[in-house]
Amino acid sequence: MYKLLLCLRYLRTRWIALASIVSVMLGVATMIVVNSVMAGFTSQMQDRIRGILSDLILESRSMEGMPDADAHMERIQQAVGDSIEGMTPAVVVPAVLSFQYGSSWITRQVQLIGIDEQTQGNVSDFCRYLQHPENRRQMSFVLREDGYDEEDHQAEKETPPRTQMKEAGWPRRRMVAGQQAFERQMFRKRDPQAGAPPTGDPQAGAPAGAKSARGPEDPFAQYNRQSDQACQFDPAKEQYPGAVLGIAMASYRTPQGEDRFLALPGDDVKLTFPTAGMPPKGVSDSFTVVDFYESKMSEFDASYVFVPIRRLQELRGMIDPATGIGSVNSIEIKLKPGADAVAVRDKLREVFSPELYCVSTWRDKQGALLMAVQTETAILNVLLFLIIAVAGFGILAIFYMIVVEKTRDIGILKSLGASGRGVLGIFLAYGLSLGLVGSGAGMALGLLLVHYINPIADGLGWLTGHPLFNPEVYYFFRIPTIVIPQTVAWIVAGALAIAVLASVLPARRAAGLHPVEALRYE
Amino acid sequence: MNDALEQLLQACETMRTGRPLGIPPGRKVADPALRAGQPLLDSPPAPAVLPAWEPLPPVPQCETSTEHEHMPAARLPDRWRLDAGHAEPYSETGLPDELAAVDLYKNYRKGPVDVPVLHGLSLAVHHNEFLAIEGQSGSGKSTLLHLLGTLDLPDQGEIYFQGERIDHLSAARRDRLRNRRFGMIFQFYHLLPELTTLENVLAPLMIRHGIGAYLARRRQCRQAAAELLDLVGLGHRLKHLPRELSGGEMQRAAIARSLIAQPDLLLADEPTGNLDQDTGREIIQILRTLNERRGLTIVMVTHDQALAGRADRVVRLEGGRIA
Repeated sequence: MYKLLLCLRYLRTRWIALASIVSVMLGVATMIVVNSVMAGFTSQMQDRIRGILSDLILESRSMEGMPDADAHMERIQQAVGDSIEGMTPAVVVPAVLSFQYGSSWITRQVQLIGIDEQTQGNVSDFCRYLQHPENRRQMSFVLREDGYDEEDHQAEKETPPRTQMKEAGWPRRRMVAGQQAFERQMFRKRDPQAGAPPTGDPQAGAPAGAKSARGPEDPFAQYNRQSDQACQFDPAKEQYPGAVLGIAMASYRTPQGEDRFLALPGDDVKLTFPTAGMPPKGVSDSFTVVDFYESKMSEFDASYVFVPIRRLQELRGMIDPATGIGSVNSIEIKLKPGADAVAVRDKLREVFSPELYCVSTWRDKQGALLMAVQTETAILNVLLFLIIAVAGFGILAIFYMIVVEKTRDIGILKSLGASGRGVLGIFLAYGLSLGLVGSGAGMALGLLLVHYINPIADGLGWLTGHPLFNPEVYYFFRIPTIVIPQTVAWIVAGALAIAVLASVLPARRAAGLHPVEALRYE
Repeated sequence: MNDALEQLLQACETMRTGRPLGIPPGRKVADPALRAGQPLLDSPPAPAVLPAWEPLPPVPQCETSTEHEHMPAARLPDRWRLDAGHAEPYSETGLPDELAAVDLYKNYRKGPVDVPVLHGLSLAVHHNEFLAIEGQSGSGKSTLLHLLGTLDLPDQGEIYFQGERIDHLSAARRDRLRNRRFGMIFQFYHLLPELTTLENVLAPLMIRHGIGAYLARRRQCRQAAAELLDLVGLGHRLKHLPRELSGGEMQRAAIARSLIAQPDLLLADEPTGNLDQDTGREIIQILRTLNERRGLTIVMVTHDQALAGRADRVVRLEGGRIA
């Protein structure tokens, strides 16, 4: 009983000991925050990647791809049909995207993916990331009249509206076409003998002028303008094959979190990519932006461009002229819920020779990224736990001082018949209760910090002038957090163990004190 | 102070007879604390209905408590009774004394040299006796008291308490002895500064009982402690911390603490050394009263001859032995 009483009394009266556990508290709080944020990031990223990539992907090792996707899908169905929910063929090639902004051409290196608009939605959450509500329901490469989202439909908190999206769609296309027609007329009036185009645009022959006032001009235009315009592509009424651009490619985010667009649905872009033949030659063609793809993974949003697979096959020369069957270089597979992706992958690896085909799960594809986050979390945990261990030595030192200060009281207790073990118990219990207070306060502080992490990050950003969490980098507006109770329990238990361990040495000294010497101590 | 003494005397009478003064013997006492039915303290074994303080046997006979029944007098070392040089006249009865020290040696090691403190000291304290040990500073008074109280062990020699040798007991049994049979008071009071007066007095009981056992009898314990503090005139100071008390009050609280366990023996180490004369006299008066009315055996060391004169018997410590 006296152990409990004295331990509580010491806890209440020795403020310096409470100071020593502030470091434990901070360590625990930091560990909880770091683990929650890291868990939040990992889970968000997994979700995103999970939604972007299909469960399994079968790729051919050559750029020419595998002929006859249907035959391949048949074989897959035969091999592992019972665990497959959907499949879609795709053509993936590196490409260069160019579009005009003002008077300059902007060029981006992209991953061009030819997809089947009908079946793509069956294998991944692709459609969920589009900006037009209709496209989210059923994806289409036809430009919508209007109605593109002005709000970020995935945002978890209120974000600045994307006002430019209001004009996206056909209104935008008509406006640009009208402007260009007007400029072209002005240009011709001023300089009827216009020479070579200022920009190199080898593909611009057919739709000349539709794109740019300074595009290549037909030297005979003035003579047959009437007939020319009649058979020409009319940008105000027609569109090129559609393309879905990753949103980061044609936009940037201001520090206030507002998105500004360099191109909008309705604008035309040019894509340049290699043909399937040997050696590959570059081909270019025009496409019309019909929607933006926003997965919130900046890596994907800045590199993916989706176009209709048939058009891409035609342009790359992947269609067998005899049969009309196109080649593909990857097949995306969605598994039934509960199916083991690794097992299916291994089965497919047996069916498809590894020299020609590569089968991988979504985890294999992004394994390095997820692994990196995991490693980072582990290293941070080790470092932070070392900080708590340092705090443990602080407790040790202060405890030792308290034992010295309490030497006479220890003598008194022993003269009243307290055993060495009892005195040991007082100080161990004291250490435990300090640890409890410290880790309890740390837990509360940590959970509070996690709960208010976004306002805190904003506040700190405002204070320092640098945004702590830059939405441009992550395309998250909020810092994602997940509190895993088990992790919190482990952290608290670790801190408690350190506090108790740190009190063992002073407590042993107290227990071993000779009562007479302790009583004489002044 | 006189009031307090009066109270104390009255309380001692109560203790002795089992009923408060002024209540005729035939009447039942209607104090709930006295009828609680549960023995307040573990040792010595108590009857089912126990007053707060158990009345002592009127005759200072040899204790025959169960603890040392197995230790007949015949097993005591011969020299304890035969050696005329050491034996005191009181032991002529042939009965073991309350406390006896035989041929004690104790050295303190200061660096490379051993400083002899006790040098073949022998001493017997009788049951119900108030013994004062007088001596110069550094004559080994406190060391002797620590040895008698089993706080320290002699280098050589034996100590007997109620006929049983106690200097070679295990640490656990010595702790138990200090907790249940001995009371100690010190020159510097040695109250625990974090605890209130009441809690300080309760400390021996808290040490004796575990949490559950203590909480089960918490009310009785607190009542006993409060009564004791009332006896020493500190009834109004229960919730005060030691630093809020005067020296005399602290020493009285220490006395209450030493009595809570109903000890057989009180060891007092210069109990008045830090007090002015008047307060010192009050303390001695309390001890005197306890000795006379309660039958408590007291061993007090002091360097004050005047105070020593108030004891039944004074022995002088010189050169590490009784002069």
